[in-house]
Amino acid sequence: MLSATSIEKLKKIVGADNVATDRQDLICYGYDATQMEFLPDAVVHPGSTAEIAAVLQLANQEKFPVIPRGAGSGFTGGALPSGGGVVLVVTRLNRILRIDTENLIAEVEPGVVTEQFQLEVEKLGLFYPPDPASLKFSTLGGNVAENAGGPRCVKYGVTRDFVMGLEVVLPTGEVIRTGGETYKGVVGYDMTRLLCGSEGTLGVITKIIFKLLPLPEAKKTMLTIFDSIDGAAKAVSTIIGNKIIPTTLEFMDYATLQCVNKRFNLGIPANGRAVLLIEVDGDRDLIEKQAATIQELISPLGLVECKIAQDAAESEALWKVRRLVSPSLRDVNPDKYNEDIVVPRSRVPDVIRVIEKIQQKYDIPIVNFGHAGDGNIHVNVMIDKEIPGMEEKAHQAIAEVFQAALDLNGTMSGEHGVGLAKQPYIHLELKPAQVAAMQAIKKALDPNNILNPGKMFPVKT
Amino acid sequence: MNNSEALKRVEQELKKCVKCGACRANCPAFAAFGKEPAVARGKIALAQHLLKGDIELDDATYAAMSKCLLCGSCVEKCPNNVPTDEIVMVAREALARRRGLTTFHAAVGQVIKNRSLMKFGAAAGRILGPLFFRKVPETSGLRLRFPLPFIGGKRHIPPLAKKPFLERHPEVIPGEPGKPRIVFFVGCMTNFCYPQIGEAALALFGHLGCTVIIPKKQQCCGLPGMSGGDLDTVRELAEKNLVELERYEADYIMSACATCSGALHKFYPNLIGKRHPELAARLKAIAEKTVDAAELLHKLGLNPAESGAGREVKITYHDPCHLRTRGITKQPRELLLSTPGVELAEMEGADRCCGLGGTFNVYHYESSMQINAAKSAAIIRTGAEALATGCPGCMMQLADGLKQHGSSVKVIHTLEVLARKLLQRH
Repeated sequence: MLSATSIEKLKKIVGADNVATDRQDLICYGYDATQMEFLPDAVVHPGSTAEIAAVLQLANQEKFPVIPRGAGSGFTGGALPSGGGVVLVVTRLNRILRIDTENLIAEVEPGVVTEQFQLEVEKLGLFYPPDPASLKFSTLGGNVAENAGGPRCVKYGVTRDFVMGLEVVLPTGEVIRTGGETYKGVVGYDMTRLLCGSEGTLGVITKIIFKLLPLPEAKKTMLTIFDSIDGAAKAVSTIIGNKIIPTTLEFMDYATLQCVNKRFNLGIPANGRAVLLIEVDGDRDLIEKQAATIQELISPLGLVECKIAQDAAESEALWKVRRLVSPSLRDVNPDKYNEDIVVPRSRVPDVIRVIEKIQQKYDIPIVNFGHAGDGNIHVNVMIDKEIPGMEEKAHQAIAEVFQAALDLNGTMSGEHGVGLAKQPYIHLELKPAQVAAMQAIKKALDPNNILNPGKMFPVKT
Repeated sequence: MNNSEALKRVEQELKKCVKCGACRANCPAFAAFGKEPAVARGKIALAQHLLKGDIELDDATYAAMSKCLLCGSCVEKCPNNVPTDEIVMVAREALARRRGLTTFHAAVGQVIKNRSLMKFGAAAGRILGPLFFRKVPETSGLRLRFPLPFIGGKRHIPPLAKKPFLERHPEVIPGEPGKPRIVFFVGCMTNFCYPQIGEAALALFGHLGCTVIIPKKQQCCGLPGMSGGDLDTVRELAEKNLVELERYEADYIMSACATCSGALHKFYPNLIGKRHPELAARLKAIAEKTVDAAELLHKLGLNPAESGAGREVKITYHDPCHLRTRGITKQPRELLLSTPGVELAEMEGADRCCGLGGTFNVYHYESSMQINAAKSAAIIRTGAEALATGCPGCMMQLADGLKQHGSSVKVIHTLEVLARKLLQRH
């Protein structure tokens, strides 16, 4: 519980207008896309690194938790005030500080919205590839803290692969720089990579230096429909085995197709069992050639239909199939657990088969789609929370799905992180010694357990 | 009493929100205020807590619910199609029931229910002036100088028409036999401020041989009342309008005001129909016949090229929210493009709200003009001579914004562009 004097001190630091304690404001900063809800004691909107540092120093003196927050669009509760405390909203820090076209880097503040950044660099012929589904509203600070992914990661890598340096306020209030503006740099520990994906437990990110790429000249989109899941999976490994790395290899299973087709009647052929949405980018000549090669390579794999977009409008029409997935899912059941397991890409059909068995065992609809190119499958366990017992069954099913991914040398989460939602399962993936090493780092940087306490690691009782 | 009898009606809709945050990308109010209570997701969370009874219909709830332009951008982009615009109106209704209407909205209700009050606007303004305003954030110094329900104090106001449109024409203007019969829902802004829009509509539909019927006793659509949660007034107006609109056999009910046709098409059946099931079937029948003027001209195959060569003019087009959210974006552009002499220069963000937002601009005039600033800048960047749009409310806001940005871009209704030649002849 935050004392009245702490609130007064917070107001002195960030200004009274930037401290909210009305219940209405607290409610509005107590949720995220997990749909879990908690009530913070105060919401603070700092306007500078110095203010953030001062808030953390105060927090250490008065021992209240601080929970950094960007857009609050995470799927695992990373930005939720699960133990009360102060929600620290960084969206006022929303400037693109510079785009350096000679060194192909950009420096931004954490509150910049991902898509706005992409559009700005693209105006200069540059490219920032990470494209989480939430890119129109998620913030870059949140993307770094959660190490966000997206469809284009199969070719370009995840957020972490574009972060060169950071300015960070440590949990105790010191401001440090990590990494820098050079690609090479081996002096000291790689704190930048440690902070990417640290879910706001090790520091508050206040500046980010990103690596940029030249913007590819063009892209080509193909929608391919297969008569079996194996055909689609074989297509993925065949394309990549033939040294073509598409920008995107999005996959939808039969259950997903049925959902979309039922609601939007997209004319998917009756014998279609799986869809791959394939996109290649690069020089115009090259991608024409690649598209033709891909079609040739996948034709023998039970290809039912192959649509190749000839222009941007046709491309958008093909993407529509993928974009309609989420809105269609609620026809199956009103609530969902959206998990994001990863397996080596050649094991995708194996994991889908195991998931089908889990679905039968628990009698819960599970819809799978996602980024087949890097083996990252969104496993959507569709339930109705109002049906007694269904939620419990879902948790058991999810644990088995995670175990299946791990058995195939995969991981529980490729993009969403642990936060609160996956805590109960992390022992499946991390050995006690691993957890101990991680907790030692946390303890060293945050001796008072101020910053985002109770996240990632289960709280010991 | 529970907070939330009104909110009960939208309980199922509230459950659909998964708090994903997609609304943050599109909400003009969020862009202006930057804080979560201003965005759809926040308002839905608050409505859910109101239903649970753990917050009150107090100042903080009021402040949050007031920060919505009812533009529908969030609904359009929501993966689960949560109708936040309707939820906000219902929440405002609950607030109005608990707290009483704000003085402003009580006055709005009186004015929109009473045509003669509107007609003798200046006098009414003087009478109502002293009643004004409950102190709300950002409303320093507001005065009701003009008793049209959209209009706050600081803005540049379009001059009143010498003779309101509804008094200018007979109730039935016959066309050719076998051609469509159209009931014209004129709307307050067209009637009192922009009668030229009505004239353009008559010229264009007349040109197509349509019979145009202008029921004399038609009322305000009620949206300004809806915007304040005064759903009793809206119901009263809707009932009167139903009688007027049902009085003639017609193929279409047409309005050249995006807000009015939006009210008839969407908000009448969804808000009033759900609240008053006895009216639902009639409201639905009206809604199904309601069309936007440009949408209908396009559908009936108006060919502006017939009007012969026109002066070269570069025009940019603004999408009114209440047309865009109904998918009416191509039709006005295609009509403009086929008009001789017209060059259409698209602005950046033509689909973004102008910032008017019903009565939003009265309570949050500064934010309203902040939202408008990006719009004005985008319009000016096109180098267009004129801006066309399909909503008199947008026209007033855009003209105000452009004037404040020192621009001489002329603001006109799409129909005025299309009817240029025809009107010259008449």
